[in-house]
This record gives sequence, C-alpha cells and structure tokens, in this order.
Amino acid sequence: MPLMGQKNFRVLNKPVTRVDALDKVTGRAQYAADLNFPNMLYGGCLRSGLSHANIVKIDTSKAKAIPGVKAVLTAADVPKPKSWADYYYLADKIRYIGDVVAIVAAESKEALSDALKAIEVEYEELPGVYTIDEALEPNAVQVREKGVGLVDGIPTPGTKGNAFLESYFPIRKGNVEEAFKKCDVIIEREYRTQFIEHSYIEPEACVAVSNPVDGTMTVYSSSQNPHFSRRYIADALQIPMNKARLVQQTLGGSFGGKEELVGLTVGRAALLAKATGQPVKMVLNREESFLESSKRHPFRIRYKVGATKDGKILAFEGQLVDNAGAYNNQTQFMNCRASIHSAGVYNIPNVKTDTFGVFTNNIHGGAMRGYSSPQIIFAQESLMEELAEALNMDPIELRRKNLLKQGDLTITSQKLVQPTIISEMLDHVLEKTDFVAKREAYNKQTGSKQKGIGLVTCYRGAGLGAETVDASGAFITALEDGSVLINSGTAENGQGLKTAYSQIVAETLGVKVEDIHHIGVDTHAIPDSGMTVASRGTVMGAQSMKKAAEKLKILILETAKEMLNASPLDEVIIEDSVCFLKSEPSRSVSLGEVCNNRLWAGKQLAVYEWFEPKPLNPDHHTGQGDVFPTYAYACVVAEVEVDLETGYVDVLKVTAAHDCGTVINPATAKGQIYGGIAMGMGFACTEEVEVNKGKLRTKNFDSYIFPTAVDVPEMDAILFECDDTEGTFGAKSLGEPATEAVGAAIANAVNSVLVRTKGERLRRLPFDLERVVLGKSLRAGGNA
Amino acid sequence: MDKVKVNMFVNGKPVSLEVKPYARLLDVLREDLGLTGTKEGCGVGECGACTVIVDGETVNTCLTLAASMDGKHITTIEGLMENEKLHPIQEAFIKHNALQCGFCTPGLIMSAKALLDSNPNPSTEQIKVAISGNLCRCTGYEQVVDAIKEVAEKSK
Ligand code: FES
Ligand code: FES
Repeated sequence: MPLMGQKNFRVLNKPVTRVDALDKVTGRAQYAADLNFPNMLYGGCLRSGLSHANIVKIDTSKAKAIPGVKAVLTAADVPKPKSWADYYYLADKIRYIGDVVAIVAAESKEALSDALKAIEVEYEELPGVYTIDEALEPNAVQVREKGVGLVDGIPTPGTKGNAFLESYFPIRKGNVEEAFKKCDVIIEREYRTQFIEHSYIEPEACVAVSNPVDGTMTVYSSSQNPHFSRRYIADALQIPMNKARLVQQTLGGSFGGKEELVGLTVGRAALLAKATGQPVKMVLNREESFLESSKRHPFRIRYKVGATKDGKILAFEGQLVDNAGAYNNQTQFMNCRASIHSAGVYNIPNVKTDTFGVFTNNIHGGAMRGYSSPQIIFAQESLMEELAEALNMDPIELRRKNLLKQGDLTITSQKLVQPTIISEMLDHVLEKTDFVAKREAYNKQTGSKQKGIGLVTCYRGAGLGAETVDASGAFITALEDGSVLINSGTAENGQGLKTAYSQIVAETLGVKVEDIHHIGVDTHAIPDSGMTVASRGTVMGAQSMKKAAEKLKILILETAKEMLNASPLDEVIIEDSVCFLKSEPSRSVSLGEVCNNRLWAGKQLAVYEWFEPKPLNPDHHTGQGDVFPTYAYACVVAEVEVDLETGYVDVLKVTAAHDCGTVINPATAKGQIYGGIAMGMGFACTEEVEVNKGKLRTKNFDSYIFPTAVDVPEMDAILFECDDTEGTFGAKSLGEPATEAVGAAIANAVNSVLVRTKGERLRRLPFDLERVVLGKSLRAGGNA
Repeated sequence: MDKVKVNMFVNGKPVSLEVKPYARLLDVLREDLGLTGTKEGCGVGECGACTVIVDGETVNTCLTLAASMDGKHITTIEGLMENEKLHPIQEAFIKHNALQCGFCTPGLIMSAKALLDSNPNPSTEQIKVAISGNLCRCTGYEQVVDAIKEVAEKSK
C-alpha cells in the first residue's frame, strides 16, 4: 500500500480545514504581543555586547531616577539569578553575548529605553574559546567548571576541559577494528555545519500578571512548551508550582526554538511584575532574539567507513562533536538521537561512534527542527557519495546494497519489526524524478552554469524514544448540545496539532470536526504532558487523545443503546454526531440528545486519559538496545543549477517522499513538507548565523537570508503510508523529517557539479557564493 | 516633544490622532487603534509581517512614520471582511491550507490584495514577486501561491 489513499478512514486521510484558519486569516488570533492589561508596564533587558567578561560594578541609580521607571533589577536583587535550566535570568558574569545584566520595567517604551541606557556597568573582558577546535585544544580556557577533558578522544570524568560529559553518547556494535581489516576500500572524511537561526517570524513575547488576592502569577506567552515555561515562573519567583500559571497564546512559529529564551523571558517578566505589582509586557526585538535564542548546533563530524569492493559496508567509525555554547540544556538529550542516527539508514554490522558536545563562550545550541538530523544526514549522505566514488560504484547501487530492510538490525541492534519501506520509496522517487537519465544528461554539460541532481535516503526514530519519556495526557468533555471540548498537554505551535487532534477525536468518537473545540494550554487547566517536540505530537502525543475518545465513546454508546431500545445484539454506530442502529439506520438519536440525557441522569461526560509508552532501555555504555518505537523513512531528490562564476545555487526542484505511516491530513502534511523544503534549502545555501569570537554579524533578516517566495523551488511532496502498529492510527513523525534530508540532497546535487567541473567537493555548509566559488568563506564562521 | 496631528482613514473610517513625530505607523495601528492584526517581525523592513495598504500600495508600517499619513487611506487585515463576509483571498487561504502559525498571514494577505486590486490576472511569477517581501518560515509559500492563483483565476 505504498502511496496514501488505500486506508479506510472517515475523517483521517482527508484535507480537513485547519481549525484555527479563520482566526488567523482575519488577524484576530491573539499572539502574546497583542495582549494589553490595565496599568501594564513595558519590560526590557540590558545585555553587555561582550562574549566573555567579569562584571566589576553595576550602578542602576540613574536609571531608577528616570520618571516612569518602576523597577530596575540585577542579579543581586532576585532570589535565584540562575534558572533551573542552566541559563541565567540575570547573569553575575558574562559567559556569552546573550547574557542579561539588568532588567527594567517602565510606564512607557521611551522611559524603558532611557533607563536601559542609563545603567552603568563596568566590565573586565576575558579571553574565551569559541569554536569546537579551540574548545578541544589541550590548554584551552575552561568555560564551565563541569567541563571535562578527553582521553583517547572520549570525554572522561576527573579530567579538565570543555567536553560536556552528560552529552556523551557512544555506540558500540560488533568489532570495527577487525572489520576494517576485511574492507577493500576505506575512506576518512570530515564535515562541518553552521549555526542556524530558527527565524520564527514572531519574536519572543509575554505578559506577566500577578493576582494580588491569591498570589498566583499568570504569564501569557509565546511558549512552545507551556508547562516548561511554567517551571521558570515558579523557579524565578521561588513560589509553589500551583501558584505559577502559564497560558499559551497563539504561537507565531517555533521549530524547537521557543523554549529556553521564552522561559527566561517569562521568568524575567514575572520578576518585574512581582517587584512592581503591575502587569509587565516583554516583547523581544529581532536583534535580541538573535543574540539570546538557541541555534541549531554546529557539528564537526569525522567519519571513517570501510566496504568490500562490491559495496557492502562492513565498518563504520565516527566522532561527532557539537558546539553547545556557554550554557546548555539540550545537548545531553539531542546527542542521544544524534548517536542513534550517526551511521544513517544502513545495515552496518560493525559500528563505533562517539558523540559529545563542547562548551564554548559562543551562542548556544538548542532544539531546532531535526534535533541533529539535518547536520548528520548532510555528513552521512555526503559520505555515501564519496564512498561510492572511491568504490567506483553508482551511489544508488551502494545505497540499495546497504539499505535497512524489515527484520534487519539498526546500529543499536534494534530489530526492525515494522514495515521498512525505504527501498520501495527509493525506486519510486528515482522513477518519478527520472533521476538516472537526468544525471547522465547533466554529465555532458559544458559552460559556466551547470545542473546537478542529488539524492538522499534516511530515517528518523519517531517521537522521543530513548531521549526521554514519551507519555501524554488528554481531556475530553461532551456537552449537552453534543459539542465537544478537548484539550491536551501538548501544544499547538502552528504545526496543526489542534486540527490533527480534532480529526483523531472525530474519527474515534464519530463526532463532527466542526463540533469539536480544542481549548489550548492553560497550565492550571490541563496537566503536563512533556514537551511538544520531537515530532511527537501526532505519533505519540495523540495516543492519549485517542484513548480518551475511545473511553468517552463507550459511555455514550451505553446511553445511546438505552435510548434506542437496542437489543444486546444490536450494534450502535456514531457518525457525524448521530447515533444509530447498524441494522436499521433510521432508528437514530443525536449525540446532543444522548449527552443531554447523561447530564441530567448524573452520568459521566468527561474523560481524562493517560498514555504511557512501552519502556525503552538501551545500554548507555554501548548504545545497544531498542531506542524508538518505530522509524519514519524518507527519500529526497534535489535538482540545482550552479553558476560557477558567481557561486549562485539555484534550487530548481525538490522531490520529497515521506513515510507517514498514516496521513492524518494530506493538506497539512504537505504544508509541513513544503515548509521543510524551504527551510532545508536555506540550511544548504544561504543561512548561517555568523559569529566572530562569540559576536554576531547576522542579527536580523537583512543579513540572515532565508528563502522568499521567488527563491523556493518547484516542490513535489509524495506521501507514503504503511501498516505500522506503533503510532496513533499508525501515524509517524513528519514535522522534522520534512526538513532533515533536504539540505543534504541539495548539497549532493551541488557537489555533483563541483566534482564534475572542478574535481572538488564542499564539506562545510552552507554552500553560499563564496564557498561555491572559492571553496571557503572569507568571513569567520561560528565553527570555522 | 510636540505631537503632530494626523487625519487619516483607517479601514474606511476617518481617524484623527495626535502622534509623536517619531511614532511608527505600526505602533499607532497596534497600540493607539488596537488593530493588532498587523504584526512586527523584524522592525527593519525585511519580513513584511507589518504590511498594510496605503492608497493602493503596500507599505511596511515598521518603516513608516504615522505623521506622514495625513489624508491617506489605510487598509489593514481587520478591514478586509465586508458585512461579516470573508474576502475571497481570506477564503482561498483557508481552503488551500495557506497558513500554519499564521504570524505572516495578515501581511501576506495584504500583499496579495494590493496585487490583485491592481492586476486581477497576475502570472504565477508576478504573484511570487508580489509576496517576496513577506517572509514565511512555515509554509514554503507553495499553498500560499496556490491560494492567490485561485482567486486570480476566479476573477477571469
Ligand atoms: S516588521 Fe516591518 S518588515 Fe518586518
Ligand atoms: S505561517 Fe508561520 S511564518 Fe508564515
């Protein structure tokens, strides 16, 4: 059943209209910055402009004296300057350019800006380390006390250095030393990637409002993970969690990014609201967002791979190091995923990889769409091309020989018991793109503008897997008119979660989608379900929603049967909010009548259900064991034209095939894929947060360039399905798969041109004008 | 600093305001008039989230002084519905799933409207150029262009 459309659903598989579309096209959707409260103050932050310095003295007296200024706070004024998540609300020392030295609340934006300028701070600048290479030098400045050194290339407790011990994940499968001896061809390569800005169009924003009566601090915010933001309120103010309330507003994009900085902003606004007794609104401008928000981690990836001459990969070794920045609360989770995917979608018997982060005085890496996969797939799939070259073999053949199949073992020795459809997808995409014929035709080109075509195969562990627990809770209430309220601890971040959940409830319960309203997260009203990350919202997060709908359905059927005088043998069906006898559909009762009956009979109409995933316990010393419930496969082809004189890469077409398991909604699924292609194109060609000794050259969208409508290629999104039993209704992850392979496919396409015309290959993203023409960047790169 | 008096028309209604000479049109719309459908994404004229139509042309309100609006007719996203009925561009955006987070959406719709008002039958290329000042990080523009194309085709 490879292509979508062969499953039998009533509501799933259909392009149901987004439930939030009307609010968004009319401009009435309320984002955090749109809110106003009586007596509201404006909050703002002072940053140092430095990337490593001691704070010698702070004088806030002049700022406090400015009329309209209500509070000026520094680290000395707050109960807990350091947050629970490593970062500081208010720093006592500058460890990177984003650190905040003071926060201010004032009656007007003018008074706020005057006050920030009037704060006098004396700094003592310190030498720092900024790149992965610098951090690993033997006598490098130690950025963090907890940093450790390397022994034989491995982070080792008890030694001093910059390696982030908790972020170290080894994979040990088979015996690589012995296996390399049996290889006919062995190559060693190094690949590097850059800092990437999420570039959600809405900058971080919140309003903190304290309730003087019961002491509750409520913050309305642009949080990706509302329950995690709540933790920052309780932590900053040192109040019990039940007095900290976070209400998520419509979110203007996140892609993993609206976590740490939003949390800190929420904490800072809460501190100012507490200090002044007035509501405080904090809206970051784009420059502030660039300075302090997390970025996609830059990686330095060193690979050694060996194969027999007929193309069977026998041994794989790697060291994957990421730049964690000055603080980090993500690398220790992300590198789990990075290690598991460190050798690609191939069946390799002997693997030894080491993945770890290093602390630097640079901007920090966080979660960004893919969570290490765009970087690793770029390296991994570049390596496949280079190995094919060394073997003098067609890279398609090399992939075919080594692709994982159902029943094979991954590099963690997890047996793939679910359908493993990557080979089928590869064949389909090769044919649909006319790959082989185009490649041949392109090989005959001459001139300064030449076309290239590139291919990538990959897979992704669905949901959180072994990174952390993938549990969730959901709530459904049926009302006496037959309308239904639903809510989940996982959040709508623009990806379409409310629509997907409404469809899942409609499919399960038989209620009309229009009769369902998803409330959205208010942490006082729905329990914590962990983060809305890891493309887990549908595949795992919706499991509890489905369970709740199933439970409610049992309750409703019980009453419907009574009302329809059904015999024990009669089956009652609910469809489009009507309950009827299967054998005699004209005998029916509306869902509203059933609910009304239950309400006045004092019967349960609300259900809260919890989903606990099956346990996954890999061995941390070897990385061996089952690590994800299932995997989503992808095959992406990119076609480009490279101007060899200017270095301009024109991405002409991207064909992206994704194994969705079950497509919940083809319109929103394709929306994910199209957006993912644009984002992957930026990653490959233009995007880089350029840093020089921790200071940013790119601070806004005039210098940080990502695709506009005229830049994006022709796109073909192909939706595959299969009979996978792990996810909700068989669905798999898609949000991150949508972007993770695109950059690598474009890179392979560009390199096909460069290898042909210049005999050279680029191994450092992005492939911008300078790199394509000169093979290097003239400007400093964050990971140069 | 002395305030400047402006008389302008916002969504068809006359508005008289005293504004600071340096006040951005964006802030006046959002804060003084409560029209928060117009968004701020970059503040430097790059993202187009703050796009409105002034006398038939799109402008970035983050780069426009409110004081310069005397006598002008301004249309914001809030002015698109007529008698509670959606504008065809709004309907097409809904139908084609042309939005995700929605933060860029008001700006995109205003750019599309300015285009179609002046050129009801644009080519796909002209549509793309017309919205190239509106950055969207979610959609990849594909379904946005589809939506605008459909409105253009229907008007034929
Ligand atoms: S906010 Fe005006 S163009 Fe970005
Ligand atoms: S829909 Fe999110 S930026 Fe366009």
